[in-house]
Amino acid sequence: MGAGHHHQLYRPGDTPVHRLPPQCKLLAVVAFAIVVVATPRERFWAFGAYAVLLAGVAVVARVPPGFVIRRMVVELPFLLFVFAIPVIGLGERVEVLGLELSREGLWASWNILAKATLGVVASILLAATTEPRAMILGAQRLRVPQLLVQIAMFMVRYLDVIMDETRRMRVARESRGFRARDLRQAPILAKSAGALFIRSYERGERVHLAMLSRGYTGTMPVISDMSAGVRQWLTAGALPLAAAAVAVLTTLLAHLPGLGLT
Amino acid sequence: MTLEVRDLAYAYPDGTQALFGVNLSISRGERVALLGPNGAGKTTLVMHLNGILTAGHGSVRVAGLPVEKGNLQEIRRRVGLVFQDPDDQLFLPTVREDVAFGPANLGIRGAELERRVTEALARVGMLEVIDRPPHHLSFGQRRRVAVATVLAMDPEILVLDEPSSNLDPASRRELAEILRSLDVTILMVTHDLPYALELCERSLILSGGTIAADGPTPDLLGNPTLLAAHRLELPYGFAVPQGVPDQAPHAR
Repeated sequence: MGAGHHHQLYRPGDTPVHRLPPQCKLLAVVAFAIVVVATPRERFWAFGAYAVLLAGVAVVARVPPGFVIRRMVVELPFLLFVFAIPVIGLGERVEVLGLELSREGLWASWNILAKATLGVVASILLAATTEPRAMILGAQRLRVPQLLVQIAMFMVRYLDVIMDETRRMRVARESRGFRARDLRQAPILAKSAGALFIRSYERGERVHLAMLSRGYTGTMPVISDMSAGVRQWLTAGALPLAAAAVAVLTTLLAHLPGLGLT
Repeated sequence: MTLEVRDLAYAYPDGTQALFGVNLSISRGERVALLGPNGAGKTTLVMHLNGILTAGHGSVRVAGLPVEKGNLQEIRRRVGLVFQDPDDQLFLPTVREDVAFGPANLGIRGAELERRVTEALARVGMLEVIDRPPHHLSFGQRRRVAVATVLAMDPEILVLDEPSSNLDPASRRELAEILRSLDVTILMVTHDLPYALELCERSLILSGGTIAADGPTPDLLGNPTLLAAHRLELPYGFAVPQGVPDQAPHAR
């Protein structure tokens, strides 16, 4: 079943980044994001350095730029919002390309744009080098609540099954001459969505019965040992540590007068 | 006695009575088919065997142990249920983890767990897919892995719900060969009569919530009147080979 045998976001490979235990990578990305968000928006140099660091990770992980850029589409809705802020922003106005824009708004846009983009790229790199199931095991190692881990696990497992069911329902609809042309067809699609929900719900019940039959008592037995060594933690830590160093350095420079970096 | 069901009656919460006093017993090493038309109560009966439903009246015993709240975990080890849709049974990201799920729930870890997993997969000839995700396997392979998930728990009795459904002829035959090679007691719920004849020396007919007949499979299948009375039919062109019924099956 299912055509896409690999998850869209995952890019199989065997690089040092791929080999790192998932829990290390997860924490590294979270720490990196915290450093990025904590950096004052005036430190242009710092954001440039962060971008270079991510590019370095991409090179080591052999993730081509095109792969990352195509997946950055998820950021588009945010960008629309970002471009609106300077136009609707209040306060002091500056003229850019013949447009009267809010100075405060421009700063806010830059802030969101830079930080969101860095965060999105870091997440894309994480997803490109970590299989979905490894990600879940990593989350489990990091003591994410059992219930959330199990929900995520079922999502990964049954996504294909449900997509398949959706496809079969669509084929069945269209085989009987249905075509979604305009809003008048919406009720049919809504009913299909309802039927899909009921089917998924019933499948959930059957899966649960099958689990009970094999002695499930509410917690998943932990059987895989994926402990990470000090070296692996240090390797994964290189990204957030380097970012933190950049943040500290640019802050120091900003407070030394006469260097003209800000 | 591996499985003993006495006067089992059950009504669903909405009042629909599904079972009206079922009696049956299966001894160790037997392969028994439970035949019956759709809606005869087959699935309801199966759900009682490992305590997913609890008897409204009567009792179920597995190797002497009654199916009750207090010993459900042990009952579920003893009764291995293989569900009809392998996608319901195989829910973990890899075959290895899925086969390990049952024994791990029994508290088995480490080398012993590994041994159980590889042994169960070897018994169904699926050792080579151990690290694959279940949803990338063919339907027939998934059904065989589903059997392995239960074998890994070392059950007293293997209960299969419609094992031949949706299988192509080759997968159907391969599964039959595997089931025949297993050294366990089997209760096979089906309306695939030739499959029952091929695999099970004895059959039960469940109809209208009671056991309507119990006897050697060739005798039951060779009795068109009996089959017709319970909405069972042999496929077109199929005849029971050589098993001419010399006596009427013991009807209840």
